[in-house]
Amino acid sequence: MKETEIKVLSTTATLGYGFPPESFHAGLERGPDVIAVDAGSTDPGPHYLGAGVSYVDRKATYRDLSFMLKAGRDLKIPVLVGSAGGSGAEPHLRWTLEIVREIAREEDLAFRLAVIHGEIDKEVVFRAFEAGQISPLPPTGPLAREEITASTHIVGQMGVEPFIRALKAGAEVTVAGRSYDPAMFAALPIMRGFDPGLAMHMGKILECAAIAATPGSGGDCMMGYLREDHFLLEALNPKRRCTTTSVGAHTLYEKSNPYLLPGPGFLLDLRAARFEQYNERMVKVSGSRLLPTPYHIKLEGSKRVGFRTISVAGARDPVFIRKVDEILQGVRLRVEENFSDISKEKYRLLFHLYGKNGVMGRLEPQKEVTSHELGVVIEAIADSQDLANTICGFARATLLHYGYPGRISTAGNLAFLYSPSDMAAGEVYQFSVYHLMKVEDPCALFPMEIREIKGDKGWE
Amino acid sequence: MGVKLTDIAAVIRSKNSGPYELTLDIIFKDREWYEKIKEAGLINRSLISRIYGLPEEKILDIIEFDPAGAIKINLKRPIVSGDIGDTDIYGAQQHGPLLGIEFSGLD
Repeated sequence: MKETEIKVLSTTATLGYGFPPESFHAGLERGPDVIAVDAGSTDPGPHYLGAGVSYVDRKATYRDLSFMLKAGRDLKIPVLVGSAGGSGAEPHLRWTLEIVREIAREEDLAFRLAVIHGEIDKEVVFRAFEAGQISPLPPTGPLAREEITASTHIVGQMGVEPFIRALKAGAEVTVAGRSYDPAMFAALPIMRGFDPGLAMHMGKILECAAIAATPGSGGDCMMGYLREDHFLLEALNPKRRCTTTSVGAHTLYEKSNPYLLPGPGFLLDLRAARFEQYNERMVKVSGSRLLPTPYHIKLEGSKRVGFRTISVAGARDPVFIRKVDEILQGVRLRVEENFSDISKEKYRLLFHLYGKNGVMGRLEPQKEVTSHELGVVIEAIADSQDLANTICGFARATLLHYGYPGRISTAGNLAFLYSPSDMAAGEVYQFSVYHLMKVEDPCALFPMEIREIKGDKGWE
Repeated sequence: MGVKLTDIAAVIRSKNSGPYELTLDIIFKDREWYEKIKEAGLINRSLISRIYGLPEEKILDIIEFDPAGAIKINLKRPIVSGDIGDTDIYGAQQHGPLLGIEFSGLD
């Protein structure tokens, strides 16, 4: 018998961003068929992928996952986690699995676990590169061989297929590396024969949980009800509602083209999508279609480019503020003169001026400073942490005592926020790969392991 | 009398669309204003180029999205998210110049 409805519970916009237990229980009372969550994003920048660390706190992740894993076992429904640890490379996946293990031990849970890897071995990327299977994703340019070499981690965004493989293998809990955001939400519906266009569009909205509701929230639950020719969205917190405006607005969110959304192996076509108010709190969506395309996996890589040291201070003197550009130019020259034995290639010195153009940088149209105070962040990036410390420290001391024409506050130019005034901020990373890789088999890049977990057993 | 964009839009925002692009959304308060602005082509490349001080080729697209009564503008990021010198990793505070838009000749 063909199912007429499938219910997908999305707990939170990012695993670890939290959700009210009342909303979660309201979701469970509605009898979901699957609980899924997206744990990742490139939004926090290149550091987390490159350094192999999570951008979400461990305790917060434990808390959210604990609710989800227990409910999954109680209701005997699958729990799917995509983009584990934020960036979904091996260290992120291991970090998440350690948390799952701790929960299984503490709560004495038993389940079949699927682990799907999302890190792509550099050798595999090199071979694809040599075979001409890697193409740029505009506005990036072609990939250079050195970028692959320099990357500390490269991941690929898996589609629904590896999740469907895990579900077919009987996985009760699936923890996956880097994933296309909607994949965890769309996998079970597509496996059960629901319309893939509607499933993917619903997943696209559910991956951000209650951000698509009004008032929106990244830390609250959302339910999707997928039927034969439409789906419904319900915010599970009675304080929020889904409206055609909130859901339509979310379709624009973080996307370049809201009509045609590219994904692994398809283009999600929303040109005929309709958003209707179903009842006061729910929105009905129909008309979303999936157009098959050649199968491409989006690759993301990050490489280390140096070490950073910063110093945070403020300025309140009107003469200083008026002359700040020439003062900073003078400081820059002093630093270069003082360290003339160090090649200028080895370091960068930057000044961020809040109150001037600290937020928009070169895009700031307002050239004139109208503020009575300026925030000053001195930043040095160098080949080593020692050199970054040296450059930042010298620039800070020079700026503090810099004598400029017309100066009347001769005791010091800066109000330092902290002692110590300089902070070593560690490794600096940069996105190195953001390209498409053509594949034949959607699962080939993403090996899976199945484990029978019983509390602390089954992990080796 | 001019009409201020902030008076007729419910949402004016910016965000990364991947690490290499910024996407600016203007969601109008009602259908009427959206249609009026769209018909007259008042949000266009030359306006965005002028208020952001960017050459027109850095403006990737301007898309009108009927289902949400919204206009989307995509810019090439001057500095990739998180690269040395970037000032807004998430791209969430680059909407400021849109707030000053004022249309004349509308009532």
